[in-house]
Amino acid sequence: MNVSAIFSLGQTALELGLICSLTVLALYLSYSMLNVCDLSTDGCFTLGAVVGATVAIAGHPYLAILAAMAAGICSGFVTAFLQTRMGVDSLLSGIIVNTALYSINIAIMQGASLLSMNKAETVFTRMKDFLEPTPLAQQYKLVVSVIAVAAVVVFLTFFLNTRLGLSIRATGDNVDMVQASSINPVFTTTVGLCVANAFTGLSGCLLAQSQKSAEINIGSGMVTIALASLLIGRTLVPRGGILVRALGAVLGAFIFRVVYAVALRLDMPAYMLKLVSSVIVVLAISGPYLRRRFPLLMRRIQGARAAGKGGNS
Amino acid sequence: MMLTLSHICKTFYPGTVNEKRVLTDLNLQLASGDFVTIIGSNGAGKSTMFGAICGDFLVDGGSILLDGEDITFQPAHLRARHIGRLFQDPMRGSAPGMTIEENLALAAGGTGPFSRISRKDRDRFRQRLALLGMGLEDRMKQPVGLLSGGQRQALTLLMATMNPPKLLLLDEHTAALDPATAEKVLQLTKEIVREHRITTMMVTHNMQNALELGNRTLMMDGGSIVLDVAGEQRSALTVAELLERFRAGAGKALDNDRILLA
Ligand SMILES: Nc1ncnc2c1ncn2[C@@H]1O[C@H](COP(=O)(O)OP(=O)(O)OP(=O)(O)O)[C@@H](O)[C@H]1O
Ligand SMILES: [Mg+2]
Repeated sequence: MNVSAIFSLGQTALELGLICSLTVLALYLSYSMLNVCDLSTDGCFTLGAVVGATVAIAGHPYLAILAAMAAGICSGFVTAFLQTRMGVDSLLSGIIVNTALYSINIAIMQGASLLSMNKAETVFTRMKDFLEPTPLAQQYKLVVSVIAVAAVVVFLTFFLNTRLGLSIRATGDNVDMVQASSINPVFTTTVGLCVANAFTGLSGCLLAQSQKSAEINIGSGMVTIALASLLIGRTLVPRGGILVRALGAVLGAFIFRVVYAVALRLDMPAYMLKLVSSVIVVLAISGPYLRRRFPLLMRRIQGARAAGKGGNS
Repeated sequence: MMLTLSHICKTFYPGTVNEKRVLTDLNLQLASGDFVTIIGSNGAGKSTMFGAICGDFLVDGGSILLDGEDITFQPAHLRARHIGRLFQDPMRGSAPGMTIEENLALAAGGTGPFSRISRKDRDRFRQRLALLGMGLEDRMKQPVGLLSGGQRQALTLLMATMNPPKLLLLDEHTAALDPATAEKVLQLTKEIVREHRITTMMVTHNMQNALELGNRTLMMDGGSIVLDVAGEQRSALTVAELLERFRAGAGKALDNDRILLA
């Protein structure tokens, strides 16, 4: 592997990592802050991709971004509505919305399962034209991704320190206390999920535009991949304020992509991506649990051994 | 009247084998500024009465008036604007993953959803925290999860009275603390209640406290109030007599180690 190959590998990982880190930031809000595991993430990611693609193909690349985020907000609202007002369990409401979105996404694509943006203008082509005369011309994808991630991170850092943001964080931490502070937890859950899904939609939209196509399965497995990234980030950056931990989430997304890219280089077939992400999630979640269990296990073994010796003598 | 409960009834799991009539025609009136202590055996319905007042559930019958406003059907988070509440469990009142100042900011409320904690807020929090005499004013950026139970309960007390509520409900709020810390939190409670003249109800299993604190003592049993003493009658009452009434009221032998003679 030569230097330029390594470089291009790193660059692809960086672009993909950054774009997908928007979904990781969405989960940072819903999973880490709100304590809701939002399983509608896959469908919402695809929703953002197809809505964004449809609007971009219609000739409005910037509007596509807003439309994708708005679609994400709607999806998040429905998920929140089901779990706060309709008595549906929070995991189940995510699954239900995810399933429903499959039909909706195909309906938006008017029955097709692939939308090509080869001839359409996207934020990426616009950025490419804009950067043409500068030395950054080849890095247009990176520039767009960095801008998007920076905007979302700045927004989150600001938002989560406002009173509304504090109440969203408290909802996942101690919901009784939110109510005692005269804030309706239904409201905070709804706002939190709407904002998170706006980011997921944005993430899907940007990935589709950077690949110049949106297909119905673009988001499948996204929730596990994003969760894996989030947990990698949390392991690397266990402490710190909102900003530091948000950056940790982005870092996690990047590292996940690097590991994946290296694995591909080592001839791992591409279809193994989802298995790898599942294993990472299991390790990250059960690791701390097993570590707590380990001393107990050792003592049991020692106890058994001591008992065995006692029996012999 | 600050609080009027009339004919409050609550049955859990009605119409099933688990049916449990917990509040049975409960009537109570509290004047503004009353500090009422409440005793009663386990399962008498004391916590359930607090739950009814705070809106944890809707009552099956009767009405609840707070300062003249009918709150019988108001959702819990709206009632919380005027009602402060502390539980036995010090962990219930604050968010462990957030800092002391963030917890206080949430409790303080006000100034719009997009406002941030200002320097003025911080100064106010620091002043209030200093009143506790626990050194928490120098730890405002630390997560609440690092505090001890007693410190957390004192903080919760501060949070519940940040904007002095019309009614403060204390449900055995010192029961989980060691005697010295319990004494300290009780002292703080007295000071804060006196300073803001908050109408207060305090559940306790300590007969001594029940008679010494506040101006009125209630005893609950079987979901209603079986003893209500104030003034002269109350000052004449001794712990031993109260315990006697407790046995008579409960109508059963008491082997309850949570009842302390102090
Ligand atoms: N949510 C509920 N569902 C079913 N039963 C309940 C519920 N809450 C309380 N009860 C029952 O109501 C009765 C009264 O409970 P409550 O907690 O009000 O008693 P208490 O007077 O606070 O007792 P303690 O001194 O032990 O705190 C108990 O028998 C309890 O089992
Ligand atoms: Mg109780």
